[in-house]
Amino acid sequence: MAYDLSFAKDVYNKSEMGHWIKMCMQCGVCAGSCPLRAHWQHSPRQLFQMVRAGKRDEVLKSSDMWMCTSCYNCIVRCPRELPITHIIHGLARYAETEKAVDPMQPTRRFAVEVFWKNITATGRVGEAMLTMRLYFQDGIGAGIQRGLEMRDSALGMLKTRRLNPIPFRGKIKGYDGFTKMLAKAAELEAKLENKA
Amino acid sequence: MKEYTFFPGCSSEHNASAANMENSIQSMCRILGIQLNEIDDWNCCSASIGYAGGGQLPRMAMSARNFALAQKQKGNTDLVATCAACWLSMRETNERIEEEPRIKQDINTALAEAGLSYDGHIKTRHMVEVLIEDIGWETLKSKVTKPLTGLKAAGYVGCQTNRPFGVCGDSYENPLYLDKMIEATGATAVPFPMKVACCGGALMFSETEKACVLTKQILQSAVDNGAEVIITPCPVCQLNLEVYQGMINKTLGTHFNIPILYYSQLFVLAWGGSWQEAALHQQVIPAEPLRRFA
Repeated sequence: MAYDLSFAKDVYNKSEMGHWIKMCMQCGVCAGSCPLRAHWQHSPRQLFQMVRAGKRDEVLKSSDMWMCTSCYNCIVRCPRELPITHIIHGLARYAETEKAVDPMQPTRRFAVEVFWKNITATGRVGEAMLTMRLYFQDGIGAGIQRGLEMRDSALGMLKTRRLNPIPFRGKIKGYDGFTKMLAKAAELEAKLENKA
Repeated sequence: MKEYTFFPGCSSEHNASAANMENSIQSMCRILGIQLNEIDDWNCCSASIGYAGGGQLPRMAMSARNFALAQKQKGNTDLVATCAACWLSMRETNERIEEEPRIKQDINTALAEAGLSYDGHIKTRHMVEVLIEDIGWETLKSKVTKPLTGLKAAGYVGCQTNRPFGVCGDSYENPLYLDKMIEATGATAVPFPMKVACCGGALMFSETEKACVLTKQILQSAVDNGAEVIITPCPVCQLNLEVYQGMINKTLGTHFNIPILYYSQLFVLAWGGSWQEAALHQQVIPAEPLRRFA
């Protein structure tokens, strides 16, 4: 049976830091160093080998790379100095651009639907709005339920002036330029992803 | 008077979750004679989770806009960040702009849309690097007028202040700078095997149950080692450990009630600053173990 290298080549060329996967020697230090290791179906090491074996669907549909907490433990311990955290982020982003990932994957939902929209709406994180969007993403009932679970903390934060009672924050002054800059960056990014 | 360009970050804004960090940092700098010149109209650094919605160029463009504004407004003066994620994303962006000509070119094409440009050369530093390298241990100790003798504190370094760049050449596995800061105030740094464990970061918002288990282990280790308070340099660690403590107690059957404080709050109090100046009135879990020194 001939190997199909097309997926590996795509990842090397289009996914951020993907070309580093070639260097993985399968030692497993990344897997043992990950704080979420108990929850992985496939560890970083395994994902890398699956990329090399051409398992496109299994990798891109996987929930695994969305479990990265960005703690960088794997990066500093990798004996070959692979930027593992960035490769994992790159795989997650690549799955997102390929529309392969389950839209309900919880971290994908938070990162793409809540967080990125929040920061690009005004130029800065609006924490109160971020929390509201997060709590109410599954509807009003679920939102109220989550809000009640966190009621004491939220009141504590309001009382200590660490939560803005008004969820709407103004835009940064240079918001128009900021938006144009992001649009241009996204355009160049698409070109970068389509090279090869 | 030492001057730095300052990037506070979103969580340090007025009425935001790390307002206690920002207020105590400002008090700390006043006592040390450090002037922080905030970048006018800065934007979010895109944080650790920005990769998913933005990809590399939009994500880095966000940090680059802050560099471009800083260069225009303050020249190439060292830029100081207090938040671990801000410091990390800005350092990463700067490194890639300096080392990858293609990225530098694309970033500047994007910046041009906002009428800006950035040619590199601004060094991003964490506030703790400034304290250690520019102020020095002897000065930090000599400012103490109210030693926190007898206070047992766990120095929780966490992830992004420690990895991947590290602070002042300290070890990734057993960094000592935070313990030394605690000791510099006269307090005792308790042994703390979980000092570089991950609090779950942004996964606290999407995979709460999984992250709560990590946070619980950190709290348990601090309490088991006799800590009365936990000291951290990171606003996400502070938030996850303090704000989710009640929920951890409820869902995992624990009884934690341990204040989570910033190194800056400890310093300000030990240097004779008031409860308010140390922003200790802004703790959701009251800083009762520090009352005896106030």
